[in-house]
Amino acid sequence: MKKDLLGIADLTPDEIHLVLDTAEAMREIGQRPIKKVPTLRGRTIVNLFYEPSTRTRTSFEIAEKRLSADTLNIAVAASSVLKGETLADTALNIEAMAPDMIVVRHASSGACHLLARICRSGIINAGDGMHEHPTQALLDAFTIREHKKRIEGLKIAIIGDLLHSRVLRSNVLLLTKLGADVWLSGPPTLVPPGIERLGVHVTTRVDEAVAEADVIMMLRIQQERMQGAFFPSLREYFNVFGLTRDRVGRARPDVIIMHPGPMNRGVEIASDVADGPFSVILEQVANGVAVRMAVLYLLAGGHD
Amino acid sequence: MDADRISRSLARIAHEIVERNRGIEELAFVGVRTRGVPLAQRIARVVREITGHEPPAGALDITLYRDDLMRHAVGPQPLVRRTEIPFSIDDKRILLVDDVLYTGRTVRAALDALIDFGRPRSIELVVLVDRGHRELPIKADYVGKNLPTSPSQSVQVQLTETDGRDLVEIRES
Repeated sequence: MKKDLLGIADLTPDEIHLVLDTAEAMREIGQRPIKKVPTLRGRTIVNLFYEPSTRTRTSFEIAEKRLSADTLNIAVAASSVLKGETLADTALNIEAMAPDMIVVRHASSGACHLLARICRSGIINAGDGMHEHPTQALLDAFTIREHKKRIEGLKIAIIGDLLHSRVLRSNVLLLTKLGADVWLSGPPTLVPPGIERLGVHVTTRVDEAVAEADVIMMLRIQQERMQGAFFPSLREYFNVFGLTRDRVGRARPDVIIMHPGPMNRGVEIASDVADGPFSVILEQVANGVAVRMAVLYLLAGGHD
Repeated sequence: MDADRISRSLARIAHEIVERNRGIEELAFVGVRTRGVPLAQRIARVVREITGHEPPAGALDITLYRDDLMRHAVGPQPLVRRTEIPFSIDDKRILLVDDVLYTGRTVRAALDALIDFGRPRSIELVVLVDRGHRELPIKADYVGKNLPTSPSQSVQVQLTETDGRDLVEIRES
């Protein structure tokens, strides 16, 4: 592997499988009485988060601690960013203190690529703007593989706000690399133009996307990124695109329902579906720690 | 060593284990991945043939505990495989099993890893081959065969479960 994980776009199918296989071994560590191995002892990892995050930041921090790395969190509200320092200057200042890896979340697409060019430390993309969120796609793939034993040939429906979603981009890249049959659905105003060029089916009819699906992945309506009216109302959105029990009934009887969180109950997903028997949403969160441990371990030996 | 020598060595080790340990119920085997695992299972089966009770056998992957893991800044990381110890090691008498004892560094890592799973009453070391050249103060309690080697040689162990046949040979590298 390289020293950075900037996106799924840079990974080969073999590298993806290596991460998933390594995550299998890492998951066992979380079930021990002492949930810690000495592997990254003496390594320093900085979590640099320019956007709010509970799940991803906590997940990375637990993964780092289970591998015995020294970790430190920089939240933007408490940093010099408010005093006008640029992203590059902040990163170079952190780098002057010689960390080994920097985990970055930023509102601008490409922020991690910029840092990877100027930093010697390994850069891990924890979500950059509307571009990629590679560790989320890896943990989603891990969860799917665990339930279905494969990814190739599965019908996977991804539904919701496709336009603003970095989770969608990383998942489409990963799932098509591994040979899944990917169907996207959402309001026409929230479908990124040209997305079908990535080798996916696009439909505005949710029922067509979920029909006989092995996996249904719901995406959050990202109101904080919406500056116009993309659909008339949240209630209308739920009626046309929300995942209800009725719609789940059109999928395969062993379908699994996923959501990267945070969920808007009653907007993209009905509450009884989110908590229902097909939901693996909390498993995704649990698997996130193992997958991030695998990424940290593999990148620690990485190079350009 | 051919298949016959290997199985006779393992049978002798199993007899020695039974002879030296009175409470068979407290015994548990832990094999070091890769080839320590089938060896541990084979010895556990012989113990059952002798005593009627088969001690549990687990698998330990020591990769994340290696002392050379992060010494080279670059290069692909060694593959990590699953550790599977489906029983509590607390107060057990653990028999740690590996194929070849050489520098002792694998055993050091395995001891650190085991201690993270609990507090066994004791840990003893079982190896199929002891080839010498220790770099740490470690010695085996049960040895299949002592093979005098030079550091330039390598000892190759093949087992039916992992390699399709049973064979131990010394190669010039």
